[in-house]
Amino acid sequence: MTQKMTLTVNGHQHKISVDDPDMPLLYALRDDLGLNNPRFGCGLGQCGACTVHVDGVPTRSCSLPVSAIGKAKITTLHGLGNRQKPHPLQTAWIEEQVNQCGYCINGWMMEGAALLKRNPNPTEPQVREAFSDLICRCGTHNAAVRAVLRAAKQV
Amino acid sequence: MGNLDLSRRTFLSSTGAFMIGLASPDVWAQAAKPSPLSPNNPKLLADQLDAYLSIDKTGKVDVFYGAIDGGQGLETSIAQMVAEELDVPLSSVRMIMGDTRQTVNMGGASGAQGVSRRGTSLMKAAALARQILVEEAAKKLRAAPADFVVQAGVISLRNNPDKRITYAQIIGGKSFQSNVRWNGQWGNPHDIATDAPLKNYKDYKIIGQSPKRPDLAKKVFGEQDFPGDVRLPGMLHARMVRPAVAGAVPVSVDEQSIRHIAGAKIVHIKDFLAVVAPKEWDAVRALRALKVTWSQSEPNFPTHKEVHAHIRKAKVTQRTIERENGKLEEGLAKATRVISGEYEYPTHSHASMGPGCAVADVRADGATIYTSTQKPHYAADGIADLLNIPRDSVHVIWMFGTGSYGRNDQGDATADAAVLSKALGKPVRVQWMREESLGWDPKGTASVNFCQAGIDEKGDVIAYELISRGFSRENVATNEGRASATLAGQLLGAKPEPKNTFNIPFASYTFAHNRVGWETVGPLMERASPLRSTHLRDPYGPPILFGSECFMDEIAAAVNMDPVDFRLRYLTHPRDKEAVRIAAEKAGWQKRVSPRRDIDTSSDIIEGRGIAYRRHFDTFIAVVAEVRVHRKTGVVEPTHLICAHDVGLIINPETLRHVIERQLVYGTGRTTVEELTWDRNMVTSLDWNSYPVLHMQHVPPRITVHLIERPEAAPSGAAEMALGLVPAAMGNAVFDATGIRLRKIPFTPDYVKAALAV
Ligand code: FES
Ligand code: FES
Repeated sequence: MTQKMTLTVNGHQHKISVDDPDMPLLYALRDDLGLNNPRFGCGLGQCGACTVHVDGVPTRSCSLPVSAIGKAKITTLHGLGNRQKPHPLQTAWIEEQVNQCGYCINGWMMEGAALLKRNPNPTEPQVREAFSDLICRCGTHNAAVRAVLRAAKQV
Repeated sequence: MGNLDLSRRTFLSSTGAFMIGLASPDVWAQAAKPSPLSPNNPKLLADQLDAYLSIDKTGKVDVFYGAIDGGQGLETSIAQMVAEELDVPLSSVRMIMGDTRQTVNMGGASGAQGVSRRGTSLMKAAALARQILVEEAAKKLRAAPADFVVQAGVISLRNNPDKRITYAQIIGGKSFQSNVRWNGQWGNPHDIATDAPLKNYKDYKIIGQSPKRPDLAKKVFGEQDFPGDVRLPGMLHARMVRPAVAGAVPVSVDEQSIRHIAGAKIVHIKDFLAVVAPKEWDAVRALRALKVTWSQSEPNFPTHKEVHAHIRKAKVTQRTIERENGKLEEGLAKATRVISGEYEYPTHSHASMGPGCAVADVRADGATIYTSTQKPHYAADGIADLLNIPRDSVHVIWMFGTGSYGRNDQGDATADAAVLSKALGKPVRVQWMREESLGWDPKGTASVNFCQAGIDEKGDVIAYELISRGFSRENVATNEGRASATLAGQLLGAKPEPKNTFNIPFASYTFAHNRVGWETVGPLMERASPLRSTHLRDPYGPPILFGSECFMDEIAAAVNMDPVDFRLRYLTHPRDKEAVRIAAEKAGWQKRVSPRRDIDTSSDIIEGRGIAYRRHFDTFIAVVAEVRVHRKTGVVEPTHLICAHDVGLIINPETLRHVIERQLVYGTGRTTVEELTWDRNMVTSLDWNSYPVLHMQHVPPRITVHLIERPEAAPSGAAEMALGLVPAAMGNAVFDATGIRLRKIPFTPDYVKAALAV
């Protein structure tokens, strides 16, 4: 049974029709809406590549059924800021030249931004803790920590 | 989609000199003297300057880089090299990378040779372009070329700066039509020469600076598209259907099993099986719902636990002694003491963050392929072979994508997409699944190192032998340039073409009697094997250096020498020694014979330090690891890694530091946690729990990179050499702390605890 739904993403409303209510949010964002930021890394909730904010909470969109979203507001990396009005973490991320390939970037930046919101002045161990369940195969871990600490100084 | 403006390159065909008929691939292959005609684009000639750069009417410079940037900053570093020799602002240089219609085959990301080979080639092209433009200016302004200076693309008379002309005014939008001396090679060995002199390093203004990478900002703002983001009209989503037992092939497929999924279809050609659907999630559902009867297969693999025993007893298919001096047997006979050691390195997956993904649009008149493979030109060759279409009808568009770390699953996914698009007559996007990426990517395979040394009565080391035995590094080729080198090709009937290749890293240790070599054993399953080997990042580094550099420490301990002093005594090349000396100095290395005797070794946490050195091409590196060994839990915790790194001329110091730091983190993962597991039938480490990779908790929190300045020396490579030292440096540190020699990777708590208990 096809269901009609409305998703609020980065402040815009999008109507979609969904055949399978169990379809993960990731596929709605990428396939129905054509958004590229959340990426498929594992589909198992193990890596973070698909992370978006759902009402401000970093969420792995590969493991959340689209039917569970309801009226929640979704923010992708693209919605965090832009070149005109960058999020402080985006500025810091560029300053620190964090990524190699960048395939993992949604997980790290969305977790980092959520941490700064919860705790504008985190300690290094707190940053490491916030990143403890993320994967980056290129080894950018320490650079990501430096970027959050740099952004914290600017917030 | 990015701005893929092909019209920029069409001028090459508009002049008579470039009007060359199509050579068929066979003619190409048989030609005695290599033709400069790019087999992937009949308009490009490798012996023409125009193949490498062009300047448009506004003075913008396009550089045609026939390889790629895997996210290590080559786009910026090579642009710096070109801007430097051309005397234009960096901001006016645009890098066109890996597009097979716009570039000639300069290899790919391979051997960390982006700067050293390919960047240097493009610098030579830039110097020639500058020379031609200055000569032209001299003619136009009636003065001698030597009377001119160039600044930011403006050529002016030294004594009369008002007399000036710009690059754009001279050449803007036109071709150079000038020859370069091409060495007749494609791929990694490709190179060119010209008579234009290069600058002296003392005059560099752009090289040596650290401009930031343009791709990074795009990634940070969510603007950077990867192949998986390409959406073409009418495109179908595909998932490959793989067997649960290696070697099994589909006997029958139940079409009814996916009938309930709108638009889902099966593609079954010989042993190649996939499902497609207009919507991506439907392709995933079809993959899960599809009922397949598979043939019986009994691979009977030796398991990952048995693989080293298998390597020890399997028939040796090739033995090659790479370096030998003196007479080893005589040396050993003269020795008063002979010590020996064996070291095992496991199998690793490329385990890319993004599983293989590509989009193919194959039509009657040609194929367009979107991929992030490391070797796009070879992908084009392979697809032409696979689909049996002319090479120049395949256009591979390379895009930034997931890190590949060697030949990962991108090339195989690209071949899958091409086969499916041809079969369906529609654009197809293939996305491998996580279990598929870990299970079916080509692997970096296991090795056993056999080491022995002879010591005379004075305590001098007079004999040394290292034999590394393992699987060839090329059960499938290191690129997907032939149908036989891809899973799709093998499933469609192409006969596998395994090769025996192996290599031992060079080291300048000098012993009177010395033998260094390798032995290979046959592949685990000939066709479409999930355990087929190929290049995994630094293919000859960690597996061999873990043995050779740990054994150097064993010898040092046997002759009662400090590990740094030992290396300084037996290394002979000054740059090797300098790297070792500086790494030790930066680490505040305390001289002692390992293991340390100055602390209570029965306490729960013991600290130790170890060093390892290597040379790769003209890159000289030493890494010191400081670790804490937790005796009760068996955890080996790297607390600080210190690297001294001599790459010759440094193009972009900040980028280089990042490249090295990330390698040391990655190398830690390949030392402490990563190991592919499999049973008799199939790979069993199919997700991020069963194939563990480094998480933050296990990352060395402090990493110190010391760049050794040697601007007078040619730039060498840096993208993979440092990581290979982490296993040995950490193993040596554990020995220093505990007196226990770890002989296999990974250093899991269970293994370390067991080793400490002995
Ligand atoms: S793709 Fe969602 S956690 Fe990996
Ligand atoms: S930068 Fe490549 S996976 Fe994180």
